Amino acid sequence: MPYLELQKLRKKFGDVTAIEELDVALEAGEFLSLLGPSGCGKTTALRIVAGFERPTSGRIVVEGNDLTHVPPNKRDMGMVFQAYSLFPNMTAHDNVEFGLKVRRQDGAARRRRVDELMELVGLSAAAKRYPHQLSGGMQQRVALARALAIEPRVLLLDEPLSALDAKVRVQLREEIRRVQTKLGITTLYVTHDQEEALSISDRVAVLSHGRIEQIGSPADIYHAPGTPFVAEFIGTMNRLEATVADEGEVQVGGTLIPVADARGLPRGERVLVLVRPEIMELQRADGAGTSGALVGEVVAQIFLGSITRVKVDAGEHELSADLAGPNALELPVGSRVAARFPADAARVLALSDQPAEPVEPAPAGP
Amino acid sequence: MTKRMPRSGWVWLAVGAAYFFIPLAATAEFSLKEVSGYGFSAYREILDDPQFRDLLWLSFKLAFGTIVVSVLILIPTVYWVHLRIPRLRPVVEFLSVLPFVVPPIVLVVGLLYVYNVNWVPVWFIESTRFLVPGYVVLSFPFMFRALDVSFRAIDVQTLTEAAQSLGAGWVRTLMRVILPNIAAGALAGAFLTFALVMGEFTMAHIALFNTFPTYINYVGQTKANPAAALTIISFGLTWLALLGILIVGRLPGRGAVQVGGTR
Repeated sequence: MPYLELQKLRKKFGDVTAIEELDVALEAGEFLSLLGPSGCGKTTALRIVAGFERPTSGRIVVEGNDLTHVPPNKRDMGMVFQAYSLFPNMTAHDNVEFGLKVRRQDGAARRRRVDELMELVGLSAAAKRYPHQLSGGMQQRVALARALAIEPRVLLLDEPLSALDAKVRVQLREEIRRVQTKLGITTLYVTHDQEEALSISDRVAVLSHGRIEQIGSPADIYHAPGTPFVAEFIGTMNRLEATVADEGEVQVGGTLIPVADARGLPRGERVLVLVRPEIMELQRADGAGTSGALVGEVVAQIFLGSITRVKVDAGEHELSADLAGPNALELPVGSRVAARFPADAARVLALSDQPAEPVEPAPAGP
Repeated sequence: MTKRMPRSGWVWLAVGAAYFFIPLAATAEFSLKEVSGYGFSAYREILDDPQFRDLLWLSFKLAFGTIVVSVLILIPTVYWVHLRIPRLRPVVEFLSVLPFVVPPIVLVVGLLYVYNVNWVPVWFIESTRFLVPGYVVLSFPFMFRALDVSFRAIDVQTLTEAAQSLGAGWVRTLMRVILPNIAAGALAGAFLTFALVMGEFTMAHIALFNTFPTYINYVGQTKANPAAALTIISFGLTWLALLGILIVGRLPGRGAVQVGGTR
């Protein structure tokens, strides 16, 4: 039986629909992220789970108990907010202790528990400091300790890293995952940052316009996006508009390309072929055979550290290919290149009911 | 101050200070004048007058009562406005200015109609308690603004939700989380209200009650030098209240400084 269920959630604010319909179930100890652009309803969903909003319809169920109409202070859910949630009039220690005082635990047990948690988040030395004496990252650690102190049934995190610097963000997300795994606490995490969601979750639910586009493991979401929206939102993707040709082949422009995923599709159907830049292979196109390859000209090289992203103008498509640095050096801007990808590495989605351009200017994350 | 004041600024500051201090100094000088030379006989006369002590104490009590009622009404109200209906904040702000626009004389005439209402208990209208509701209305702009600024300096919604998710009910959230963070504002509002009640003449005079301000008026019309002494004493009291605001605003550790530092 699932541990936490969001059953057929709907939420309207006046005429505006924040959540169209949301059905998610988390196993005990699972870390699930709600990922989507702003306005997709992910924060609203989290706030409904926490009890700060009432759903228009649908239920929140934990361990078989319907909590939909239970007030937030009776739900036993630990919540970490974006920022500024620590009580400014209390030290870090007192902040963590607050929930225990509410629960009338006796003094000695309280102190032991607070010390334990401050140590868990690595802040034992800062227990006596006030929030304004702590850095943003430290504040969020205290907030995490505070939420965990009450031994909540569910841990809720609402973009807890969005106000931090890039470096602290990466550190702290690993920290959150470490603590979560150690305590085995069921966790619902909201973020708009795909890298963040993919790196720490057991499963990711990609949301758009108040609906789930796809839910699955980070690898599934990344390698097998189920909809064009997901393909566009997660990472960088080459999108090739194509027509299904013979068995296991598609036609892109005038070129026939083998694509395993196109097998079984009716001939002549319009499809979208999705290829990750790291899958794309580039070769000099002078002379040797270019059959089954898209031919174009290198128009830009973007240095990204461990890799170089090479942009290729291939007529109706602009392609991106991620190459190791030395390989990219052999293909300077202006080179004629042939772009290929393994037949089984591309993903094919039906294009029929999709507009040619994505409706949403999806922010692809940093 | 990060920028040096230009020379013209000092000139205007001097003009302002002169405008403020010359009458004060003249009053002080006059209050010390005796038949021959200078002395404190005027002050002694005031301080020995039992009426002075009684009415000063009465006005203290009225000020205290006004502060209590005003804080009890306004803290939950401002909290709620910030938390749940921030759209209505401008409306409340507009209402808070009304006591400036509607003169106290209109207010007290309206209040006097209460005498004609049967269900109003006698204990309320027979004593100076009658003045407290009027004073509460008059203090509304000061108290509201002081609280409003404090509430704006904290993230009311996040703090409230954080407290609730940790299991705190409304009372605990208000007492342990919200109040300590707006205490400086509430105290500033209290001092302003205190100064207001210690100087409010119109309402008490028209409702035929004797308070400290009406006493000042009475002395002013009957005894020349003691009146000047009383003015200086009363000024000192008000000034102490305002000094209190400054001190509370600058207290290290608890209070406004720390709240500001968290954002």
